Amino acid sequence: MKVSKKWLDEYVPVASIDADSLANKIELSAVEIDDVSRLEEGQKKIVVGHINSLVPHPNSDHLKICQVDVGEKELYQIVCGAPNVASGQNVIVALPNSWIAGHNKIKKSKMRGEVSLGMICSLQEIGFSESVVPKEYTDGIYVLPTDAIPGQSIFPYLGMDEDVIDIDITPNRADLLSVRGVANEVAALYDKKVNLPRPEVKEDDSSNISDYLKAEAPIDLAPTYLMRIIKNVKVKQSPLWLQKRLWNAGVRPINNIVDVTNYILMDYGQPLHSFDYDKLGTKDVVVRLANEGEKMTTLDGEKRELSAEDIVITNGSEPVALAGTMGGANTQIDDDSQTVALESAVFDGHRIRKTARKEKLHSEASVRFERGINVATVKEALDSAAQMIAQLGDGQVVAGVAGDQRANQSDKEVKVSLARINHVLGTDLSSKEVKEIFARLDFGVSENEGMYTIKVPVRRWDIEIDADLIEEVARLYGYDKLPATLPAGQATPGRYTKTQKAIRDTRYLLESAGLDQAISYGLTTPKKAQRFALEPALQTNLDFPMSSDHTTLRMNLLSGLLDDLAYNSARKVENIALYEQGRVFFRDDSTEKPREVEHVAGALTGLFHEATWHGDKKKVDFYLTKGIVTFLLSSLGIKNGARFEATAQHEEMHPGRTADIYLNEQLLGFIGEVHPSLAKEYKLKRTYVFELDLEKIIAAPKDELVYQEISRYPIITRDVALAVPNEITNQQILSSLWTNSGQHLVDIHLFDHYQGEHITKGFKSLAYTLVYQDKNATLKDEVVSDEFNKAITKLQEELEVTVR
Amino acid sequence: MNLKDKLEQLKENSLSEIKSASDTKKINDIRVHVLGKKGPITEVLRGMRDLPADERPKVGSFANKVRDEISEAITQRRDELEIAKTADKLEQEKIDVTLPGVPVKQGQPHVLEQVIDQIEKLFLGMGYQVVDGPEVEEDHYNFEMLNLPKDHPARDMQDTFYITNSILMRTQTSPVQARTMEKHDFSQGPLKMISPGKVYRRDTDDATHSHQFHQVEGLVIDKHITMADLKGTLQQLAKNLFGEEREIRMRPSYFPFTEPSAEVDVSCFKCGGKGCAVCKYTGWIETLGAGMVHPNVLKMAGIDPEIYGGFAFGLGPDRFAMLKYGVNDIREFYLNDVRFLEQFSQKG
Ligand SMILES: [Zn+2]
Repeated sequence: MKVSKKWLDEYVPVASIDADSLANKIELSAVEIDDVSRLEEGQKKIVVGHINSLVPHPNSDHLKICQVDVGEKELYQIVCGAPNVASGQNVIVALPNSWIAGHNKIKKSKMRGEVSLGMICSLQEIGFSESVVPKEYTDGIYVLPTDAIPGQSIFPYLGMDEDVIDIDITPNRADLLSVRGVANEVAALYDKKVNLPRPEVKEDDSSNISDYLKAEAPIDLAPTYLMRIIKNVKVKQSPLWLQKRLWNAGVRPINNIVDVTNYILMDYGQPLHSFDYDKLGTKDVVVRLANEGEKMTTLDGEKRELSAEDIVITNGSEPVALAGTMGGANTQIDDDSQTVALESAVFDGHRIRKTARKEKLHSEASVRFERGINVATVKEALDSAAQMIAQLGDGQVVAGVAGDQRANQSDKEVKVSLARINHVLGTDLSSKEVKEIFARLDFGVSENEGMYTIKVPVRRWDIEIDADLIEEVARLYGYDKLPATLPAGQATPGRYTKTQKAIRDTRYLLESAGLDQAISYGLTTPKKAQRFALEPALQTNLDFPMSSDHTTLRMNLLSGLLDDLAYNSARKVENIALYEQGRVFFRDDSTEKPREVEHVAGALTGLFHEATWHGDKKKVDFYLTKGIVTFLLSSLGIKNGARFEATAQHEEMHPGRTADIYLNEQLLGFIGEVHPSLAKEYKLKRTYVFELDLEKIIAAPKDELVYQEISRYPIITRDVALAVPNEITNQQILSSLWTNSGQHLVDIHLFDHYQGEHITKGFKSLAYTLVYQDKNATLKDEVVSDEFNKAITKLQEELEVTVR
Repeated sequence: MNLKDKLEQLKENSLSEIKSASDTKKINDIRVHVLGKKGPITEVLRGMRDLPADERPKVGSFANKVRDEISEAITQRRDELEIAKTADKLEQEKIDVTLPGVPVKQGQPHVLEQVIDQIEKLFLGMGYQVVDGPEVEEDHYNFEMLNLPKDHPARDMQDTFYITNSILMRTQTSPVQARTMEKHDFSQGPLKMISPGKVYRRDTDDATHSHQFHQVEGLVIDKHITMADLKGTLQQLAKNLFGEEREIRMRPSYFPFTEPSAEVDVSCFKCGGKGCAVCKYTGWIETLGAGMVHPNVLKMAGIDPEIYGGFAFGLGPDRFAMLKYGVNDIREFYLNDVRFLEQFSQKG
């Protein structure tokens, strides 16, 4: 809502307060301010000029050479290319060395050989927004009234010297969508009295409204619905004072009828609609709900199909306006209109909101009906408008008003106690202070033992309960004056739950393992959502997505990570190690709402370490990734027992390089290389990934951490190298060795793995160190040899392996 | 030559030999040669028996003195040589300390996670619990329980991703508060919570809009909670996030679930309040919304607003990180360019 400070000054005495201070006060005590501006800012030496004569430019088919009186002895020669420039006009002249909008300096110049002392300007050139320039002047220069005096500054003529405060209202403060509403607010903030002029309608008694029409409206659609007739009207341009008011409010002047309705809209916040009475073709105006499928053409030329929820104004048979949003083309005011039927009403805001949204017809009017209007000034606004139209259109207001006024206009009583106010705000306000605040708001107060009964006028329809009154007290007292304390009362422990802690630990562990945390989008495509499934489930899809890239809730984290890898790789960042922790969404038949499961996933590609002068590069591979997963699981308490089982079941994964990870019989997740054909789709090199169900890991039974005393007795080791057929796994060898060893074997580790020319084709060489220790005594060599030999013999019996 | 002269000469020869010895082996040779059992001093001492008895003590003591002096010179020279040898060895081992160190590979938490962590730690320290809730919510909790009935003007369908008529992607994390309020047992003490997490809005992604972003919302409900407590708490938050010198400013605002409501500005951390591009020359930066919990919200959660009251606040880690680090495109947070992620590695 753009409010001219000059207009505001007429209603509340704040002329001595500068616009910036006023704006700041409003912002700190009521609603935000978007901007404080003055159109003349940054411009100078722009004056009224009178075109005494003009001739065509000899070297141009469209330029004209004008002799312009700018209030000095000599006429100024100015070359002008505007199509509408004519002799005898009063125009806007930017003199030589003037500044016009957009930091443009105008100099004395030559145009195709002819001297031009300045420029004749359009409104846009001196900073007016195209949207407020009267239609007839949008493509040319602006023509001032004939009484404008050459040489005088243009700024006051056009209202460019007025400060305009742009108020950004919150949804509850629609009372500030009018100059009168803002005046009431400003009066409260500065403890002043408003002076709001009331209209006096001069009715013409020669005819009565009943000669023209009756208006009826159901109370639930339009609790108040009023109409007046103004007759013998001449449609013409509005006087400049009115145009100034409108464009400073951001509204384009059109003609005296429409301009008056817009002026009253800004003044009272009351939407009005003007019909051409002669086009209505009826004496019965009826407000009703539209019939489903009923058609009408609105005045923007749009043919609309209505629904049974839209409120329409009809002439008894067909719609002539879509209530509160837009009039009909068939009844609009045109240059030949003579009799105006003027409507001022209160419509059901919910219905207006639905219609406006459905028809995409959000307007200054619809916003006010949606958020509420001052039902106490519906008739006053109508009277004021009718009187102005009659005055500006040389017509007469027909006696009487059609329709009914049923909206409740009485004050609302809301109770609040002094104790409650201080209790909620943490203040120590006295009864005197509080009563003063209510007096500033011009709310009636009566007090009974610390309980106030507040009479809230209808113009503040946002106030309904005590909390609303407490807010009024707080903001007029000043939020900045509130004390600052911390909640007292019973102490509570602040700590993470077990799950929250495990989730955060997971992040720290993966970061310490060298992976960066990624946060990807939860919404993806159906195809990507479905990939890397850890469990069978249905998709969850948005009803009305915004983009085809984000339609479906993810069911895995890896798709997002692969997108991230692809994004990096496309930007030549090729060594990437990312993890993500977040929710995936699984749904089953029985429910619309998916189950949300915490997952963690990682994706690595390229080098884990680059080569340095001091060490070799390290490529990511399956075993590096497995090391990270093993570290994570073990740190989260799954030390032994996580089992990696080769699988070729995941279609997105390399069939020979993927393992499912089990704890007992429960699937925790999987690890492996992304299938080369999928990697190619993402333009990625070999990529290793894992995805785990974090909730299963958190819920898994954990071995209690028990301190193991460190044995004082030495360890003894034995090494063995084995020739092993390729299909026999490390796991099989380890199982055999553990099963067949005596009590002293404490560790086995693989220290060499070899495949190549020094070993028979189809075989690999595996070399292990077996570690023996007795906790309570020094082991004898013979005991170890005995246990070792037994185990190796058994191993060779059980599996087709041979000692090399 | 008498014995004494012999000893004198021996001493001089030996000391000069010792002085010129260039390695420890040579020194050892001298020791064996001069001080050994077959060496000249032993020989002199042996020859003493040919001396008259009254001269023996004098020569004897002189011989011992010579032996001690030579022995001491040997020790001293040996130490000198050892030191020189070590120094030589160390010199040979010299390295270029300006060569780069071996890189330590450590992953980084996402910058948004860092912001959320920082907020969580502050509030855990003040006795709040961290509460998680579903990202796919019911209309009931996301809107209705928060005083936003079906046809409320502040509830713009355009902004919400619906899955069905009653199921949607949460547009805020306050439904978690609604769920927690409903369950909280006030006989066990006040409710103090924050709810961090992802939220979704039906928006076209561009530099300043993202269909997915994060929120942290806080709620305190007890018998005596005031707007002054809200102000004090937000002061703590602002100082924790933006620096000790920061001030806050509250302005009236509107949220359906609070009344009174406030918009909270923090004095600009870039210019300290003098005015700059970051604060759009106002000295203040809008950072969060807050207010006293609306009585309707309490009632709907089964809490008696005559007895209990409280405050709520909410802020966006995405916006905060953009302001603090000068990130000018919100999409950066979700593209996960490694060069972006790894910039936020400074701790403390
Ligand atoms: Zn600043």
